[in-house]
Amino acid sequence: MIFDLAFIWAGLIAFAVLTYVVLDGFDLGLGILFPFAKSDGDRDQMMNSVAPVWDGNETWLVLGGGGLFAVFPLAYAVIMPALYMPITVMLLALVFRGVSFEYRWRTTRWKGVWDIAFFGGSLIAALCQGIALGALVQGIEVSDRAYSGGWFDWLTPFSILTGIAVVVGYALLGATWLVLKTENALHNQMRSYAWYLGAATLGLIGLISLLTPFQDPVYFQRWFSLPGSLWTMIVPVVMLALVWSFFRGLNDQKDLQPFLSALGFFTVSFIGIGISFYPMMVPPSLSIWDVAAPDSSLAFALVGAVILIPIILGYTAYAYWVFRGKMDPSEGYH
Amino acid sequence: MLDGFSAEMLARVQFAFTVSFHIIFPAFSIGLASFLAVLNGMWIRTRDETYLTLFNYWKKIFAVTFGMGVVSGIVMSYQFGTNWAVFSDKAGPVVGPLMAYEVLSAFFLEAGFLGIMLFGRERVGERLHMFATAMVAFGTLMSATWILSVNSWMQTPAGFSINEVGQFVPEDWWQIVFNPSFPYRLVHMVLAAFLTTALAVGAVGGLHLLRDRADNEARRMFSMAMWMALLVTPLQIAAGHVHGLNTLEHQPVKIMAMEGHYESHPEGWSPLYLFGIPNDAEQRLDYAFGIPGLGNLIFEKPLDAPVMGLDTIPDEEQPPVFIVFWSFRVMVGLGFLMLGLGAWSAWARWKGNLYEAPWLHRACIVMGPTGFIAVLAGWITTEVGRQPYTVYGLLRTSDSLAPIDAPAVAASLIAFIIVYFFVFGAGTFYILRMMNKRPSTPKLGLADGPIRTAGISPAPQIDDKFVPGK
Ligand code: HDD
Ligand code: HEM
Ligand code: HEM
Repeated sequence: MIFDLAFIWAGLIAFAVLTYVVLDGFDLGLGILFPFAKSDGDRDQMMNSVAPVWDGNETWLVLGGGGLFAVFPLAYAVIMPALYMPITVMLLALVFRGVSFEYRWRTTRWKGVWDIAFFGGSLIAALCQGIALGALVQGIEVSDRAYSGGWFDWLTPFSILTGIAVVVGYALLGATWLVLKTENALHNQMRSYAWYLGAATLGLIGLISLLTPFQDPVYFQRWFSLPGSLWTMIVPVVMLALVWSFFRGLNDQKDLQPFLSALGFFTVSFIGIGISFYPMMVPPSLSIWDVAAPDSSLAFALVGAVILIPIILGYTAYAYWVFRGKMDPSEGYH
Repeated sequence: MLDGFSAEMLARVQFAFTVSFHIIFPAFSIGLASFLAVLNGMWIRTRDETYLTLFNYWKKIFAVTFGMGVVSGIVMSYQFGTNWAVFSDKAGPVVGPLMAYEVLSAFFLEAGFLGIMLFGRERVGERLHMFATAMVAFGTLMSATWILSVNSWMQTPAGFSINEVGQFVPEDWWQIVFNPSFPYRLVHMVLAAFLTTALAVGAVGGLHLLRDRADNEARRMFSMAMWMALLVTPLQIAAGHVHGLNTLEHQPVKIMAMEGHYESHPEGWSPLYLFGIPNDAEQRLDYAFGIPGLGNLIFEKPLDAPVMGLDTIPDEEQPPVFIVFWSFRVMVGLGFLMLGLGAWSAWARWKGNLYEAPWLHRACIVMGPTGFIAVLAGWITTEVGRQPYTVYGLLRTSDSLAPIDAPAVAASLIAFIIVYFFVFGAGTFYILRMMNKRPSTPKLGLADGPIRTAGISPAPQIDDKFVPGK
């Protein structure tokens, strides 16, 4: 049966990862844009716009990793060693970035150091996430329930390209988030960045979409053989609509529309990757069912997920609602 | 520099290093979160400004601690996969779902309400703010519950079977979650967190009392901390004792190592060693000094009941005795010092000079960090004492390793060491600097004006930063 526990869990993990990308994307993105801020006051505002929510955003990453461990332990056991370097570097980068939220306000002399830590941490974390994605798309060598490649297999031109794409894409999310949250000079600056970043992101998504089908013949078939391709055609069509809405929103001085459209770019690309992968969890050889934990694990964890995820989404939405609206530049930290 | 070490050894060092750093922050943030909830509750009930000032003071220290706890914790949750892949594959079906529950029921709760607790008092009103504060505290306790269930299952596995590819398959979730050592470990660890926090708060209170006996906030926090130390330490010692009895039942080899019992005492009268240098190679305790018979008594056995030693255990089944023996003594020794401190404070309180006792205040400053040391020593006893297994009796540490090369682990280990000392060193410095300021200091950090909307700013939060014209 296709619609079984493992399938449901694959959907939930995909949901957690997408939520992570969407939420932490703008959060890391504004870190990437940090050095371009014109003043210290602008940097304060940028950071304050996510200070109350960044921890919640990052928790989705823990759910992605922890969830994989819980329900697809073999996938976790294969992917983590395969991506040892990028994952470790990403974790260290997140350390720097995470602590900057507090440290930056606790010192005058070293404020600059934590500004750089915030920028560098965000940039490197985003780059590593993109590289990890690219490496996964290329496929991971497995034999006898274990990773069997070397410790630099992840490094290829393709994975570097996906790394750069994620950096640019996150910067786009960050810029549009700031368009939404700020006013005046910072707002205008970010609106003009959004044009360039939007164009660059779309270019990179296009390039990667062209290259992906050649990474693995299965992907190629998935996209370019009838009748499947009739369905997969929906993806580019929706993408075009989003592109229109994005530039239209920027042009009409809308605040929310560019942000939502940019989130849409990510969602659609993510679905595109899902189409390429399914039913593989670790391409090219391990499917969702190969890596799934026994049903007793899946069922037990599912009870918690079904009850708790809606509650989590509820209070997360509430937290965003409490801190809604434009930033008040005179608002202090805490 | 790290040539010649196996990938296994390096991975163990890396895990021990990162988890040891991590546990320091939860030990403080679990206790502080509850302390903050109490302070906020007292402020709402009594409208005594002292509580609000204290809340705002410890809130900032909490925020930094919590941030460090989060980032070091995220590292932990990925290290199972990067370094202990075989463990993850085999034990994932059992411990993974427990950790998933931790994320869903604890981490999201903490993270979701943290923002409101830190920045939201004016935005959501007192009642919801109190609720958020309580949720953060509750979240930290939930987190401790789940992760200790995981750890306890690895110590005393229950409720599973093993399938054809060698994975542990859950059979009875109730038995897995409430495995035999879990209740003991949970109680002991949560009390440890409260005690650690009480000692840290007491040290800060003592410091400010030494400078100014009339400092209202210092008096209040010192008094609260001393009540905690007085009441919790005896409970902690009792909890540690029954924890030990439980360990004797389920992991007797660990107890032999903790007690330094290389030799068996078939006739009973086993000694309690106060000092000794464990010598694994010769399998004996050098320079031993012990009290005969007491070894039987602390385990509530008749004096003539036989007590078996490590000589009944094959060498390759023994943990490294030196570490276990001494870390255990450090923890217990500190526990008794804390008991003494609590008693001293009770005596000073009874005499009516709790706030005018400089030697007590100095002693509190010295004892300030001991909670952290005891927590680390306790975990080292527990974890090293369980070697050579990750899942006790079933999965060896050497069989848990990921297929990674030593240079990769060595490089990442060095990176972790440099980054952790740099980042967490800076954080500790900021925390100490904040602690060094009086709670009533208007500007504790630099830009700590409260989030202000619609011009509500309760009197004690006023600072001069945003006054127009400045
Ligand atoms: C007794 C308590 C305790 C113990 C033994 C551990 N932790 Fe922890 N952990 C906490 C108590 C805690 C906490 C109190 O919930 C923290 C500390 C500060 C914080 O932010 O939450 C936390 C944070 C924290 C986070 C970040 C959560 C977030 O994003 O908000 C992760 C991913 C982990 N931990 C994972 C682990 C792992 C994999 C451990 C085992 C090796 C571990 N923790 C041991
Ligand atoms: C948080 C406090 C903890 C501390 C201070 C701690 C400390 C340690 C230490 C010192 C070791 C090394 C033992 C040795 O190599 O001889 C170790 C090993 C290990 N611990 Fe813990 N531990 C803690 C919690 C946990 C928890 C909660 C888990 C499980 C969820 C865990 C899982 C492991 C594993 C898998 C190993 C095996 C690797 C190894 O032997 O080095 N630990 N720990
Ligand atoms: C003075 C009396 C104490 C006794 C008799 C005692 C006993 C024990 C024992 C037997 C263990 C190991 C259990 C096992 O591995 O199975 C343990 C672990 C531990 N102890 Fe203590 N302890 C005492 C005091 C303290 C104090 C004062 C603290 C901290 C403030 C502390 C913190 C810990 C921690 C964090 C652990 C590891 C987690 C656990 O296994 O519960 N202990 N203790």
